[in-house]
Amino acid sequence: MVSIPREAFWAHALAGCLLLGVMILAELPPGFVARRMIVEVPILIFAVLLPFFGQGETVEILGMTLSVEGLWGAWTILAKATLGLGASIVLAATTTVPDLIRSLDRLHVPGAITAIAGFMVRYIDIVVGEFSRRKVAMASRGYEPKWIWQATPLAQSAGSLFIRSYERGERVHQAMVARGFTGRMPRYGEAPATLGQWASGLWVPIATSILAFLSLTVLR
Amino acid sequence: MSEPSLEVTELRYSYPDGHRALDGVDLHVHHGERLALLGPNGAGKTTLLLHLNGILRPSAGAVRVAGLEVAEKSLMEVRRRVGLVFQDPDDQLFMPTVGQDVAFGPANFGMEGDELDARVAEALDAVSMLDSRDRAPHHLSYGERRRVAIATVLAMKPEILVLDEPTSNLDPASRRELIGVLQGLPITQLVVTHDLPFALELCPRALVMDQGRIVATNPTLEILTDEGLMRAHRLELPFRFDPTGT
Repeated sequence: MVSIPREAFWAHALAGCLLLGVMILAELPPGFVARRMIVEVPILIFAVLLPFFGQGETVEILGMTLSVEGLWGAWTILAKATLGLGASIVLAATTTVPDLIRSLDRLHVPGAITAIAGFMVRYIDIVVGEFSRRKVAMASRGYEPKWIWQATPLAQSAGSLFIRSYERGERVHQAMVARGFTGRMPRYGEAPATLGQWASGLWVPIATSILAFLSLTVLR
Repeated sequence: MSEPSLEVTELRYSYPDGHRALDGVDLHVHHGERLALLGPNGAGKTTLLLHLNGILRPSAGAVRVAGLEVAEKSLMEVRRRVGLVFQDPDDQLFMPTVGQDVAFGPANFGMEGDELDARVAEALDAVSMLDSRDRAPHHLSYGERRRVAIATVLAMKPEILVLDEPTSNLDPASRRELIGVLQGLPITQLVVTHDLPFALELCPRALVMDQGRIVATNPTLEILTDEGLMRAHRLELPFRFDPTGT
C-alpha cells in the first residue's frame, strides 16, 4: 500500500474495494469499524491543513489559494492512513492477541519484544483495574478533580502505581526463575499454519502487492 | 528411614538492611507428608520459602531437596524439584494462555512436542482445569487462577509442592475445592498458612515459626489445642472453632 504511487488513484480505489470486501467477509459491523476509525481524526485534521500551509506552486479552488504539493500530501495521508488503519482493524478484529504475539515470534521478531508485548497484554487489565479502584477510593473520600491543578493526587497515585507494578515485575520474575527461567522464553503451542491458513491469510497481501507492482510499472 | 523430601539445617539469613529474618531454622519434611508452617506475620515464613529453591541464598546453613544440596550448580535441578506456588496467582501466571503458562516450567527444562502437551494436560487435569487450557489467565476467577498456579508447578513433576498462603482471598466454595485438589495430590506438600482450620484439615503435622526460628513441631491438633503456645506466637483460631470437633 505504501509503495503505490500517489498519482495512481485507481489503485487506491481498488485497494479500498479490496479492504471493504475483506471487512464484509469478516462480518465486521460498520459501527464497530467506524468507532475504531476515530483515532484517525487528528491525522485527518493535520492533512486538511496541509494545502493551506504548503509551499511552492499554488492552485485556485473555490476561491481559495491552495498549495499543489500540500494537496498531494493531504491526499496521500488521507488515502494511506485510512487504508492502513482499516487493514489494522481487520487484523485486530480477526486475530486473537496470543495468536498475534506467537505469529510475531515465529516471524523472528526479537524474543525480548514479543515477551514485553505479551507481559503488557497480560498485566494491562490488572494495572488499569488497580488505578480505577484507587480513583473510586479517592472519590469515596470526596476527591472529585475538575481542574488541572487538582490533579496532584492522581499523579502521585500514578507514581506509586508505577512502583507497585515494578515490584510486581520483580515478583513475576521470581516466579519465572522458580520454574527454571534462564532468560529465554520457551516456545509452546505453536502449531505451524496450515496451507489453508496461509492461503486465506496471504491472498489480500498478494493482491495488494500486484496492485502496487502494476501501478509502479505497466500502468504508470 | 527414607531420604527426607526436604531437609533444612541451621539456616540463617539477614536482609541487606541487617534485619535477621532466619535465625537458625531446622526442619524435615518426610516423603509424601503434608506439613503446615504456621506463624505470625513477619516470622520469616516467606523468606524461608525463597530459600527452598535458591532464589535467596543463606548466610549460613543448608537446604537439601531429596538429598540434593541447594547450590549454584544444582539450581536448575533444585527448581525442578521444588514447586513453589506464590501467594498472588497474578504473579505466577504471566503467559497469554493457561496452557502456555503451564508449559513454561517443563519447557524451560527442555521438554517439547507431544510429551509437553501430555504433561500440560495431566497437570491441568489434576486441578480440574483442563477445559480452560486456551483461556487467558485474566479471564479466570481468583479460585481458578489459584488452581492453575498449582498446575504450573505440578507440570514440572516436583519432589515437593510448596504453597504460600493458598487459601488467601478465596471464597468458601473455592477454598473447599482447593482442599479437595490438594488432598488428591500424591505429593509431598509444605503449606504456609494463617488459615488454621485449613491446616488442621490438610496437614497431620505442623510447625510454628516465630522470629526466624522453628519454635514447635507437633501433630497439628496438638499445636492448635496448646493455648499457651498459640497465644505466645499470635496464633488464633476462628471464633467458636473447636479443633477437637466436639
